[in-house]
Amino acid sequence: MKTTVILRRLLVYLCATVLVLWIVVPLALIVLFALSSMRDYYDIHKVLPTKFTLKHISELLFDLGAIYSIINSLLVALMTIALSFALGLPAGYALSRYIFPGRDSIKLLVLSMRMFPVMIIAVPLAVLYLRLGLSDTLLGVALAHTTMALPFTIIITSSIFGGVPVEYEEAAMIFGLSRFEAFLKITLPLAAPGLAAASIFTFVISWNEVFVASILTLTNRTLPADILVTVLNSPDPYKFAAGFIMALPSLIFIFIARKYLVTMWGITTR
Amino acid sequence: MRESGQMKIKHYFFNLFPRKISSYTPYLLVAPALIYLFTFIGYPLVQAIVLAFQDPSTGSPSLINFETLVKDAYFWDALKYTFILALIIIPLQTLLALSVALFLNMRFKGANVVLYTFTIPLTISDVAAALIWYNMLTTSGFLNRLLLNLGVIKEPIYFFGYVYRHMELLAIIVTEIWRATAIVFVIVFAGLQLIGRDYLEAAEVCGASVLQRLRYIVLPLIKPSIQAALIIRTLFALQVYAVVWILAGRDIPILAGEAYYWMSELYNPHIAATYSLLIAFFSILIGWLYIKLLKPKYEEVLR
Repeated sequence: MKTTVILRRLLVYLCATVLVLWIVVPLALIVLFALSSMRDYYDIHKVLPTKFTLKHISELLFDLGAIYSIINSLLVALMTIALSFALGLPAGYALSRYIFPGRDSIKLLVLSMRMFPVMIIAVPLAVLYLRLGLSDTLLGVALAHTTMALPFTIIITSSIFGGVPVEYEEAAMIFGLSRFEAFLKITLPLAAPGLAAASIFTFVISWNEVFVASILTLTNRTLPADILVTVLNSPDPYKFAAGFIMALPSLIFIFIARKYLVTMWGITTR
Repeated sequence: MRESGQMKIKHYFFNLFPRKISSYTPYLLVAPALIYLFTFIGYPLVQAIVLAFQDPSTGSPSLINFETLVKDAYFWDALKYTFILALIIIPLQTLLALSVALFLNMRFKGANVVLYTFTIPLTISDVAAALIWYNMLTTSGFLNRLLLNLGVIKEPIYFFGYVYRHMELLAIIVTEIWRATAIVFVIVFAGLQLIGRDYLEAAEVCGASVLQRLRYIVLPLIKPSIQAALIIRTLFALQVYAVVWILAGRDIPILAGEAYYWMSELYNPHIAATYSLLIAFFSILIGWLYIKLLKPKYEEVLR
């Protein structure tokens, strides 16, 4: 009896280890090889590099100009967060706090828009942007990314506001605050951690998006679009450096806000 | 003083049911977002239809873009590979996600570590994932180094290059499973946790084996979650782009990649829009098919 229990436990932890290694090993290796010296990388008799250098990362950033595309990516992501919150926060609040005719249809509409393949709009937008003078601008990319992020922002913020008890807001209003003041002073601070996570979520969506960004820009490339065009023609170590930089924010965020982020993916896919 | 306070309470008491007054406020709050979405989805969609049905040289309505497509060998390959990839990747992912979800639902000590590790790829972009697996599989990549030094192989395994297209396909499949199983997993796992323990305990008391419990209780109850996961995954599969573009280029054409190629390399928005429309068409078709086919029989149990 006892040996079967031990065997079972052993099997469980063996499976668990395999699963963890399956995810972690490729991630650890891209970090190692992004920092590996050129000689160690091309010396096939070394399983793992032993000499490390920042040469490839710094050359990628400064000689190949990735630093500019990183700044572009950050700007696009910030604009996307600002736009999708400015538009999505009121909508999310309305959907969680008011009951009004058409609410359910609007919710359903937003839910179905979340499934909309945004790549479809890239080509027509590129044609439209030519006329509007928005082609090859970061604002143009941010506008398209907002289209992609906005349904998620509405769903997530509505769920976050739903988690803040209405009673608090009502109590504040009894004590003389207007609805807007009650929102600013009571609901918003209580919802702040959730909203911070929601903005991280939006950031990740925008930072990772490559198709729309590479169609809408030519010189003002975001990082993934830049990688697709420039870095793919560079020697391997630069590719690894690019992969490492590309994955870095996601890794940082998943360590800071992993619980929130996993919940958020649960909310958006419900 | 006291009286005025009471007055105030009374006044706000009426306002306590704001859901009934200010009937236009929620609409005002929702309107900007909806108008934005309608503009940025509606206009491009109409424009995509116009572009696709327009003769590129004369601007008059015609089917010439579709003719160009049908005559293009790359189009048929793109169609073929997009669906081959989806048909291989999605069942594997669903199976893996379901197994991992059932496994983690055993709630052993440390299950959370596995949960968080397994969901890391949720935030990792397709570009990064492709580069990560390029690092693993390329000729002087980790896999070849390991196997060569262990003496398992004498010659490196080649994964990339036109001649090794079937290996490129394999690399794409591995990358997609590594990257995108997490999204299926999150949905299935969430569904799994909604199942009441009492159902399972009742079944156990009545003598149902582990497999029977899985077959007759767990699977029917998480059918809606699996359906949601399958729809989302298939939509993503139709849009798969960066992983294929980075690992195989145009060796393995796919619908989204062709749209990019016609737009960015050949500057032909008409054909690119035609590809976009096709992706939209298949997305709607597949979403509708799944909902038809996987209609849960036990829905009332969940409510």
